[in-house]
Amino acid sequence: MSDLVVAVLGKYNYWLYIILMMIGIYAMIAKKNLIKKLVGMNIFQTSIILFYVSIGCKKGGTIPILEHSPGHHMVEPAHYINPLPHVLMLTAIVVSVSTFGVALALALKIYRKHKTLEEDEILMQLRPE
Amino acid sequence: MNHHYPVLIVTLPLLFAFVVSGTAWVKKSLCFPLTVAGMGLSAWFSICLLGQVATTGPVEYRLGGWAMPWGIGYRVDTLNGMVIAVVTVLAFINLIATRKTVVQETPDKTGAFYSLYLLFVVGLTGILVTGDLFNLYVLLEVASLTSYALIGMGNGRAPMSALNYLFLGTLGGCFYLLGVGYLYIMTGSLNMADVATLLPPLFKSSAIVMAFIFCMAGVSIKMAFFPLHMWLPNAYGNAPTAAGSLIAPLMTKVMVYVLIRLMLTIFSVDFVFVILKMGPPMVWMSSLAIAAGAVFALAQKNLKRMLCYIIVSEIGYMMGGAWLGNNAGMTGAVLHIFNDAIMTLCLFLCAGSIYYRTQGLEMERLKGLFRKMPVTMACFVAGALSIIGVPPTCGFFSKWYLISGGLAAGQYAFVAALIFSSLVNAILFFRVIEISYYGDFETHNAHGSSGAAVMESPASMLVPLIIVSTGLVVVGLYTGGIVNHLIHPIVLKAGFSG
Repeated sequence: MSDLVVAVLGKYNYWLYIILMMIGIYAMIAKKNLIKKLVGMNIFQTSIILFYVSIGCKKGGTIPILEHSPGHHMVEPAHYINPLPHVLMLTAIVVSVSTFGVALALALKIYRKHKTLEEDEILMQLRPE
Repeated sequence: MNHHYPVLIVTLPLLFAFVVSGTAWVKKSLCFPLTVAGMGLSAWFSICLLGQVATTGPVEYRLGGWAMPWGIGYRVDTLNGMVIAVVTVLAFINLIATRKTVVQETPDKTGAFYSLYLLFVVGLTGILVTGDLFNLYVLLEVASLTSYALIGMGNGRAPMSALNYLFLGTLGGCFYLLGVGYLYIMTGSLNMADVATLLPPLFKSSAIVMAFIFCMAGVSIKMAFFPLHMWLPNAYGNAPTAAGSLIAPLMTKVMVYVLIRLMLTIFSVDFVFVILKMGPPMVWMSSLAIAAGAVFALAQKNLKRMLCYIIVSEIGYMMGGAWLGNNAGMTGAVLHIFNDAIMTLCLFLCAGSIYYRTQGLEMERLKGLFRKMPVTMACFVAGALSIIGVPPTCGFFSKWYLISGGLAAGQYAFVAALIFSSLVNAILFFRVIEISYYGDFETHNAHGSSGAAVMESPASMLVPLIIVSTGLVVVGLYTGGIVNHLIHPIVLKAGFSG
């Protein structure tokens, strides 16, 4: 039992990202409204960004700039937060924003054509064609 | 100049994409020549690069001069050199061939269309040359985002199918990113060669197994591997002609390349086939993909949708060949990437040429087309024979390698699926040929399209089409050279014995 508690609480960042991911996938599958699906997709992407950010963090770490080390001469890697995952996520945020932008543009095009954003109504309109 | 080829292939189309989107505001008629210049240079440099790689061995390029494990590096060996050459050359041919259809279908958006076209090529070539796992993710999303936009430019159902493709494609990209994250936690590196040297002691770790499974799942969604193929027929079938014939032959093949790169270079053959033992189940899945694609293709009434389901089936060929886990199977898979890109382009260009005149690709509209469009239909027959696998064309040779790989591995279900799909392809294409050869053209005038205007397509479409269909035979005849000089060094180096 105590093993389970340690597994859940000790690695809470992984549990959180998986819960967020499942919320996102649920919204993408279950919601009928295209914008709600898009929000679900965004939650899904954000969960992965949070996963990356959390793996770079450590308690009591400092920022990786030389001047912050006492006396300027010792560089102790163990004290620094690894900046690389955070930098990678800047790029991933750009990707997710541009995906959202393209998706909204497509949703706008769909709305102009069908006058609705409910997926079932759009499919009803497309079927007779 | 010589050692800058890898970066020029990617950055030239990028530069021209910006120039084209700027020029579109000033003078629309300049967009096409500028795109041709950008694509042509990129294609020329990729051929030079392939020659260089084939003679002097793998080429490495350090962006900004940073040494490899720290900076982003490009690394080109014969495997990706070959795929880059075929991607850029086919994109160039498709660009020339589809000029008229772009004007016909998206008349006021040519500037946007051509800059997206170039950006899509940037994404694909970037995926191919890069030696960095995260860089691959970013360029994967560049290629995907531009393909969503290109598909969404179509009319009718196109925006809806593009949005569905976007949902699934984003899921695929995110799974790949998650897999890269797990790899990074375990190894602390993103450089492919570096990760490959750090991984062997960690093979027993479950995090590495999960990383592999996430990467596989992501790439399988992007390549439309059978149970995950739902987005493909709608997206490619409803895309504008020029976008469809650009994306359909290239995107899925590049994804198969990513899979083979992951299997051979990053997670070695030992891990995939000996430790995980994923070979046999994946070959079964691929056999299912081949059979399902063929059966769905039989049910289609529209030529382009039929071709889309044939792509689903062909993805099964390449996945199955790669997962057979022997020399012949892997050779067949790599050779089929090369051949299938050419065959699919040939068939999509024929479909585009027919659509340009008839404005529809339903089977009954094809009646009597052999008399009206003899050259297009002759090229269609060449492409069809290659997909079926008739000897002088290139499709036969890769299928031969796949079947002999299947026999060597004892995977008789895969061999049976290959033969079944060849037979179904023969039925599919002879049905089309029968309709268009023996069908009476006059009856089709009653459908309301301008029957009198249906005639052979302009020379600007026919010449590239003829080049591609002769290419099918030429590549078939030079198969021995391609296999011995380009594919075998890679397959042997990865640890498959001859």
